[in-house]
Amino acid sequence: MNHTLKPGRIVLYLLLGLFFLYYIAPLYVMLSTSFKSLDEIRSGNLLSLPQAVSFDAWRRAWSSACTGTTCEGLQPYFWNSIKMVIPAVAISTLVGAFNGYVFAHWRFRHSEILFTALLVGCFIPFQVVLLPMAGLLGKFGLANTTAGLVFVHVVYGTAFTTLFFRNYYVGVPEELIKAARIDGAGFFLIFRKVVLPISGPIFVVCVIWQFTQIWNDFLFGVVFASGEAQPITVGLNNLVNTSTGVKEHNVNMAAAIIAALPTLLVYLVAGRYFVRGLTAGAVKG
Amino acid sequence: MKLKHIVMLTTLAFAGSAYATDVEVLHYWTSGGEAKSAAQLKLIVKEAGYGWKDFAVAGGGGENAMTALKTRVISGNPPTAAQIKGPSIQEWGREGVLANIDEVAVAGKWDSVLPKVVADVMKYKGHYVAAPINVHRVNWVWANPEVLKNAGVAGMPTTWDSFFEAAEKIKKSGAIAIAHGGQPWQDATIFESVALGVGGAAFYQKALVSLDQKTLTSPTMVKVFDTLGKVKGYIDKDAPGRDWNLATAMVINGKAGFQFMGDWAKGEFASAGKVPGKDYLCAAAPGSAGAYTFNIDSFAMFQQKDAEAKKGQMALAKAVMSPQFQSVFNLNKGSIPVRSGVSKDKFDDCALKSMADMDVSGKNGGLVPSMAHGMAIPSATQGAISDVIAKFMNSSMTSADAVAALAKAAKTK
Amino acid sequence: MSLKDIFEKTIPKLVLGPTLLASLLFVYGFILLTGYISLTESRMMPTFEFSGLGQYVDLFDNERWWTSLTNLGIFGTLFIGFSVAIGLFLAILLDQKIRAEGALRAVYLYPMALSFIVTGTAWKWMLNPSLGLEKVMHDWGWTAFHFDWLVNPDMAIYTVVIAGVWQSSGFVMALFLAGLRGIDDDIIKAAQVDGASLPTIYRRIVIPAMRPVFFSVLLILSHIAIKSFDLVIALTAGGPGNASSVPAIFMYQFSFTRGQLGLGSASAMMMLATIVAVLVPLMYLEARSNKAMR
Repeated sequence: MNHTLKPGRIVLYLLLGLFFLYYIAPLYVMLSTSFKSLDEIRSGNLLSLPQAVSFDAWRRAWSSACTGTTCEGLQPYFWNSIKMVIPAVAISTLVGAFNGYVFAHWRFRHSEILFTALLVGCFIPFQVVLLPMAGLLGKFGLANTTAGLVFVHVVYGTAFTTLFFRNYYVGVPEELIKAARIDGAGFFLIFRKVVLPISGPIFVVCVIWQFTQIWNDFLFGVVFASGEAQPITVGLNNLVNTSTGVKEHNVNMAAAIIAALPTLLVYLVAGRYFVRGLTAGAVKG
Repeated sequence: MKLKHIVMLTTLAFAGSAYATDVEVLHYWTSGGEAKSAAQLKLIVKEAGYGWKDFAVAGGGGENAMTALKTRVISGNPPTAAQIKGPSIQEWGREGVLANIDEVAVAGKWDSVLPKVVADVMKYKGHYVAAPINVHRVNWVWANPEVLKNAGVAGMPTTWDSFFEAAEKIKKSGAIAIAHGGQPWQDATIFESVALGVGGAAFYQKALVSLDQKTLTSPTMVKVFDTLGKVKGYIDKDAPGRDWNLATAMVINGKAGFQFMGDWAKGEFASAGKVPGKDYLCAAAPGSAGAYTFNIDSFAMFQQKDAEAKKGQMALAKAVMSPQFQSVFNLNKGSIPVRSGVSKDKFDDCALKSMADMDVSGKNGGLVPSMAHGMAIPSATQGAISDVIAKFMNSSMTSADAVAALAKAAKTK
Repeated sequence: MSLKDIFEKTIPKLVLGPTLLASLLFVYGFILLTGYISLTESRMMPTFEFSGLGQYVDLFDNERWWTSLTNLGIFGTLFIGFSVAIGLFLAILLDQKIRAEGALRAVYLYPMALSFIVTGTAWKWMLNPSLGLEKVMHDWGWTAFHFDWLVNPDMAIYTVVIAGVWQSSGFVMALFLAGLRGIDDDIIKAAQVDGASLPTIYRRIVIPAMRPVFFSVLLILSHIAIKSFDLVIALTAGGPGNASSVPAIFMYQFSFTRGQLGLGSASAMMMLATIVAVLVPLMYLEARSNKAMR
């Protein structure tokens, strides 16, 4: 798009700048609070810079804040989340890829209806599934384990990943597939040699989305992985929501940022691939 | 072969440690102070030879904890014990999932060291299923003597009329009369103290425990809401959503004169290094001097399949009722021991007053369960009543409408 | 048909099998179960004696449920409306080949990475009259500034809109940006050669070409709006009182805290009905326009 007048550009940058403030303000508040001392927080105001930068709150949030009778900070929960997120994202993405491939190029009778039916699964309110799923997991001995939590996330994440992949693969020209079929290639070979190589962008989109959703999930974590397998969101909640204790705002903010770091990192590093992946057709049609 | 040996030995080592049965307890004590108190229990359990598996779920006033508990019970894998109190113990008992701990109760003579009203709550169909931890008194009012002095108020008011006089003086002196956090449970806490003060213990019992419709719609109840309405006028406009301990901080800092809150508020004063009688005053809420609204934390015991787990559960129950735990825990938490036979030294004046008042009210019928803190009625009804009170505190609802809504809410099953 | 052909024909269905089975059981099965429980007198735990539509009667007699529904309407409309508007606006702005596009885009997008709990906590602080924005304005001298929406029963739900839009509009922007980038430059150039002005180009070419993106955006935003739970809990906890309660919170509290599983299940079925009512026409329209474009 060609741009012209200078005043127009000034207004443009001004607007972008205003929105920049709107978006960055909470992060600024969280960061600056995490570096202040409690007294300074109580007496000062929200937007002021810390008078003396102290890493004490961060140290405490990571390794010594109380989240129950254990006072080990967020560290143990961090690793629990990692252990849980990686398999969950990997499995749901892979399954979604195959599903999307089927829905895009191996349609059969009623497959469109089945796709829509699968999609409705995206919208089920999660509270509804808590009790029945707990019962089922109990029967299979998966109750209260990381494996059980991974299973739940895979089940409820696959609808979204299938949507992403299907929309993307629909953009792969049918001729390519047909040509490969004529050459005698079967289902899996075509996937490996034709579809997979060009799936880079959508894999990134899917992984980012799933990582964010699963890492930030609270409800399933608190219910299906109690005790030592608790993910970081549950640890954060315990740390921040004390029922009858003193609130240490600086530690809370530091903890919130620690909990958010992996997803922030993922967005920062892979962010441009995210837009590229979306451009390549993740959301068209 | 070496690697194989290492693996074998490692496995054996793990298997060995797995032999110490773990006691798993669901609770929502997650702050530093609370953790210290609960750690005492952990210590005693460990000394008895059992491991401790922490199952802490904070937030939502116990909502998340209850959700987690229900799913664990449904999955056939309940924890050893959970922080459940009041009528909820009966509700769980009805589901048939609580464990009978009479064995420990008889050995520890619980029937003779616990007040009858407490022991009854811990039993389901005559058998002990829960162990009580502490007794909190809810109908306290806390005050900053400096603020009172500046406003020209002499001493703690004992009637609602003198209270409102004092509040008016404080307001005129530039401070906030009543520090309050606008959350449903805090609103309900003030409400029940007002009801107790305006109507008396018998009225409170009939209306908020027995849920008698006639009492709920009586002119006294209208008077209760009228009084509550006046209280509303002395709360600052930033109250909604404020956490209770921030309100206590307002009293500590001299920004406000009074706060209606249970005795866990003492923990805040203590953390700030304040001394009772000198830096802060405690008194029964106006009109409720002879009455005592109790809130008892307890651990309900869940049926365990494993024999070792059952033994661990008994050890836990014994530890909870031990004088050692009762002493340390309550000193830290601001409450008083629930059982007799715990040494009274090291407890401060307000705690001693609490113990004395509990004895007195236990004898004259003024010892009543807290409605706002889940001691008196089932959770469904309590929730509905809280909704009404919250609505009254946050809108211009009239007392008459509030009474009608309250009566309707009380019918919730 | 040879064995290989039969094999090839069934493989797709086999691959899809586990997912469809899981969906059948864990989504539809559970929905049916919830539906059944909503027709019982379940209190703390599920029971299975049928008792008719009593829970639904109680549900619509419950004032808090009506408040929740109204709030969902207000929040949903405003949240989706503003997110789309701001997202589209920012996307168009960013598409103008500006410097630091990458950095700006990262800043607009990062809120989506945060969990709703973190967002709610941060905004709760900022919108708190005595600790947040209002105090800052007072400290800076603008003492007449008032912003007490957070503690005002009538306005609390709008604070949820502010925080929600903050969280999601960046993501919407990314989607629109991708859509904009996908438009063929040649068409634009041809229109410019024909003398069309920039606004006209946007109106007649760009925006219609983004229809599929619009649908995806609406789908995702509706999903977030209807299931909004964490954000409201962290920001207002449904308060003041119950003024900003939403159906998701209602369902959670009544099912789990208050031991009224039957009523909670009825509210869940109503939430599902709303979702279906909004989404099915949307998806049907999308599928139809899809076919037209093929």
